[in-house]
Amino acid sequence: MSTTISPATAPLRRRRIGISRSDIPFAIIVTLICAAVLFATLYPIYFVAIASISDPTAVATGRVAFLPKGISLFGYEQILADSRIWTGYRNTLIYSIVGTALNLAVTLPAAYALSRREFRPRRPIMLGLAFTMFFSGGLIPTYLLYKDLGLLDNWLVFILPSAVNVFNLIIARSFFEASLPEELFEAAMLDGVDYFRFFLTIALPLSKALISVIGLYYLVQHWNDFFTGLIFVRDYDKQPLQIVLRDILLSNQAFSGGAGGAGGSGGAYGQQYADQIKYGVIIVSTLPVIILYPFLQKYFEKGVMIGSVKG
Amino acid sequence: MSVRTDTPAPAPDTAAPPAPAPGRGARLRRHVARYWQLWAMLAPALGFVIVFAYVPMYGIQLAFREFDFTAGLTGGKWVGLKYFIPFFESPLFWDLMRNTVVISMATLVLGFITPIFLALVINQILRSRIKRAVQTITYLPHFISIVVIVGMLQVFLSPTSGLITRVLAFFGIDGVNFLGSTSTFVPVYVISEVWQHTGWNSIIYLAALAGVSTHLYEAAKIDGASKLQIIRHVDIPALVPTMVILLILNMGGVLNTGFEKVFLMQNTLNLPVSEVISTYTYKIGILSSQFSYSTAIGLFNTVINFGFLVLANQIAKRASDTSLW
Repeated sequence: MSTTISPATAPLRRRRIGISRSDIPFAIIVTLICAAVLFATLYPIYFVAIASISDPTAVATGRVAFLPKGISLFGYEQILADSRIWTGYRNTLIYSIVGTALNLAVTLPAAYALSRREFRPRRPIMLGLAFTMFFSGGLIPTYLLYKDLGLLDNWLVFILPSAVNVFNLIIARSFFEASLPEELFEAAMLDGVDYFRFFLTIALPLSKALISVIGLYYLVQHWNDFFTGLIFVRDYDKQPLQIVLRDILLSNQAFSGGAGGAGGSGGAYGQQYADQIKYGVIIVSTLPVIILYPFLQKYFEKGVMIGSVKG
Repeated sequence: MSVRTDTPAPAPDTAAPPAPAPGRGARLRRHVARYWQLWAMLAPALGFVIVFAYVPMYGIQLAFREFDFTAGLTGGKWVGLKYFIPFFESPLFWDLMRNTVVISMATLVLGFITPIFLALVINQILRSRIKRAVQTITYLPHFISIVVIVGMLQVFLSPTSGLITRVLAFFGIDGVNFLGSTSTFVPVYVISEVWQHTGWNSIIYLAALAGVSTHLYEAAKIDGASKLQIIRHVDIPALVPTMVILLILNMGGVLNTGFEKVFLMQNTLNLPVSEVISTYTYKIGILSSQFSYSTAIGLFNTVINFGFLVLANQIAKRASDTSLW
């Protein structure tokens, strides 16, 4: 396989035929692998969607495979009536929006400052920031610090500690470095524009793609944050959606009344209905991401590309 | 993906004033006069990083101190290695180490190979619209939250009604409680990781492949190379620098098995293989308030990780030209 055929040993005729003939099985294999990967990715999500609106008994006995059967909205009715979910939803929305606004307000100016090549301290500062990606104080010192700062059971714990993500900061800095032409800056300087004004009136308007990318990264990070609620918050009214989801999906508290799904008086019957609630909850909680996804996916990808530019 | 900061700024114009070198005070004043706005833009970010990353690091000394409620984070009596020795001598130590290393190594190896494979396959799709569609769909699961992923595992693998359980029963694999068994915990963990992240992690490789010069492909074709030979001799070499960087970065997290996912997948049945260092520090520290002991274990974890990062970087430096620093 590793022999390289030189032109001399591969006559023209054989070469042309050889390539096209070996291409056909190859193309078939590529197609099959892609089809398998697509199926494996999409089917579980699709199944959850159809299971959430099918008759729970049909789902439990395996009669639902590709199309919903015996439409039942029992799960969604329960979810609509469950105040835990809506409190969690509201909290997560607030934390995500306020958090992301702060993230951008803190990250973008810092990234711009660090992108200025004439700013000598930027190298030690970058090292100091990058170090925190690999070395941390650990859980307990962090917990005790939050306690001293009064952040335990405080909604600000969802906002302040995650204000800067060093990885996103590096993405933003690389973008500013690569996309803002130096001539632009020099011309602005000659006109007497200072760093503040250059950043606000020239750099930011030219960086909409970047703002979308890291804004989205931060938004998803807040939306999916489970750890913060688990460790630092006891008050259930402040808990985000992910904690509520954990209780419903994993701790068998599907029914808000408290009757557990598995075991208990409900038995297998109760389990079926609990499962339908779970399918519905998965859809309800993931829906915002799935709906936004087609519109936003090009930005997600862009972020990886920008991030891979060597700083 | 590289974290390397760049080489010093090109030709700083600070050499402007001649002969008598300005004193330190004068230089500082000029620096402040010129750059105070940049410092002001940096200040909030630096403040947050110092408070929420460096202050806890300073608090690591708790691992060597007795915790004292009245004296605060760093005021307790110095006790040296008192809290490390019982951990190393504890019968749990080797279990925790084994579980942590098994889970993270399995994830690292499989999670490293599959994105490369997927990128090579997707790169073979000729029509660019299909290529983009496949790519976009495969990274959708990356954005599903860990709680939902584990919730999906539970409903799909439920021993009584789960979809996957039933499909496997059809093929004669019967009566396996996937989430409640010591032999299936690691495979379920790793496969679901691969399912969730392969597409996303392949983007960076696809970007590297898109950068390969078409001349190389044409030259290979003229040489009569088959598609597989082109992959072997053109595509894969183009991916090596990216592979090295990602491998180093991942090595730095060898003992960082994702706390959230392991924690959510844990139950009393699989605990012998699913208790890892991070879940143990959580239980010892947060749930039973043994602050110093938990900090010591956490510090041990961080130091090992950091050691692996440095080691991997050193090896990469020797073996190839690619490294983080």
